[in-house]
This record gives sequence, structure tokens and C-alpha cells, in this order.
Amino acid sequence: MIRVALLALLLCLAWPQATRAQVAVDASPLRFETESEERRFHRLVAELRCVMCQNQSLADSNAQIAHDLRREVLTLMRQGLDDAAIKAHLVARYGEFVLYRPQVGPATWLLWFGPLLLLGAGGLVIWRVVASRRQAAPLPPDDTETW
Amino acid sequence: MSAPRASRARWLPLAAFGVILALLATGVWLSRDPDRDALPSPLIGKPAPAFRLPVLGAPDRLVTQDDLRGAPYLLNVWGSWCPGCREEHAVVDAFAKTGRVRVIGFNWKDEPEDATRWLAQFGNPYDLVLADYDGKAAIDWGIYGAPETFLVDGDGTILWKHVGPMTDATIREQLMPHVERLEVK
Repeated sequence: MIRVALLALLLCLAWPQATRAQVAVDASPLRFETESEERRFHRLVAELRCVMCQNQSLADSNAQIAHDLRREVLTLMRQGLDDAAIKAHLVARYGEFVLYRPQVGPATWLLWFGPLLLLGAGGLVIWRVVASRRQAAPLPPDDTETW
Repeated sequence: MSAPRASRARWLPLAAFGVILALLATGVWLSRDPDRDALPSPLIGKPAPAFRLPVLGAPDRLVTQDDLRGAPYLLNVWGSWCPGCREEHAVVDAFAKTGRVRVIGFNWKDEPEDATRWLAQFGNPYDLVLADYDGKAAIDWGIYGAPETFLVDGDGTILWKHVGPMTDATIREQLMPHVERLEVK
């Protein structure tokens, strides 16, 4: 666990935009009231992307802004917002980028349905190849084979 | 299969390779922008978020978004702990000296003593410095790493945002066109 945290910290430190630093204050751990709250929190932050260390989830990141956003998520949960409302709250401030599972819309159609399109195109190619081979004359029987 | 068709099929792998190479080259070309990691703000064109923040050095004086209405302002997010802010400080200073738009500081998650010392040491280009000690207001602004800079018009609408240290080129090429449009209005 400590090794993972150190690695995350190292990744953050090695981030190319080293000039954009973050302050390191108030790293006190979050306290959960119930086990179900804790479970819901962990599921939620795993689906949200850290805006600073952009290849980590909010759950994994050690960036200060990730600490703040985790705190914000817990605060919103306690205010009674459901998961969709919490995500909408963050999207309104940081943009669609914070969602690891982007919403289906005109801007993300290619992202969601692109793989299907590729699969369809591949299937079409195979179908055409098979069809053209079927049309070709069958191989003449070869009498010289001895096995 | 006829002979010309077979020879055409022989070139197919090379053609496929060429297409993939072109795709990769496009990816490299598209990532040439050094600011490619900066997230586009969904707040552009929207009203500035509501806040109520104390002024640095005068903790009893609270400022809200409505107090800043009436004239455009440049909101510059900084902290004494932020090396990029020191890097862009001369640029912010030079822009503030032109007096075309007032520059408001947004001191993010900083100790007041450190912030005051930083300004005393490097100079204070700000009309006013708001102190967001716990970083709650910063989340409403979609701030995620200092320095960041917002241009807000007199009606309180966010017109422009820059993430990362500004350079003279940033001011000239990105900020000034907005400022000129505001001055025409």
C-alpha cells in the first residue's frame, strides 16, 4: 500500500508540468460514519478522474486537489446528493473529463460506438473475402497425392 | 484469382502499414501543443461562481462575486508555494501596469504570512487579493493547479481561462483580443 502511494507520488512529481505545483496542507484522512457510506464513496471516487494527475482516478491520486475533491465528494454525499448529481456537480466545474465513463452524446458517439463500427467493418471484409472464394472454382482433385 | 489482382493483394499489407503510420504521425502532430494537458473549462461563457472570501491582510473584509461587478477583471490564481506563479509573476506585473483591466489575486491554499511575504518580496501587482485558505471556493471555479487565470467581464461572465504560467505571448495572442473587444463595448 505504501509502495503504491510512493509510486503515485513519484508519478505526480515526474509529471511534465512540474512548474504547476500544489500545496501540501491538511492531509488528514477522511472519516466515514458507516460502512455503506465508505463503500459508496470508494466506488464513486474510482469512477472520477483526478484533474491534476490525469492518468489516475480520484481514489488513487495523491495530488492535493484530489484530496480536496475527495472531501468535496464526501460532503456532497452527506448533503444527500445521489451519484448522478455528484458527478454532474463536478462536471459543471471541471468538465466531462472528470468522468472515466463519459456520457453518451453526439461528442462521444464515436468513442462509444467506434469499436462496434470497426467490428462491423471487419465482419464486412471477411464476408466479402469468403463470398469471393466461394465463387472461385473449386480446386481440381489432385490424383498425385499419396498419403 | 487473376494475376493483376494477386499482385494488388501483395501490396495490401504495405498499404495498411502506411495507413497506421499516418494515424500515428497525426497523433504526434496533434500533441505538439505544450498546453495539451490543460482542461477546457466548462465555465467559459457562464456567470462567475458565487463566493464569499476574505481579503488577504484584512480577514474581516469579505468580498463576493457581486462586489466585483461593474468592470472587467483578471483573476489570477497563485500561491507562495507555487514555482510557476513566480515564473509568470513578471508577466502579470507588466500586464497590471498597463492598467487596462484590474488584476485580482486569488491566493489559493496559502498561509497568510507566506503570501504577504511573497508579495513583499516580488512586488504586488494585484488591486485586491482574495484568500481561499481551505480551497472550497477554488472547486467552484474549477481550479486544479496554480497558476490559473480567468478573464471576467463587468457583468460577471467568464470570458477566458488560461491554465499554467502565462507568457508575454499568452497575453498578446490570447488575452488581448478579449480585452480589446471589452474596450470597444
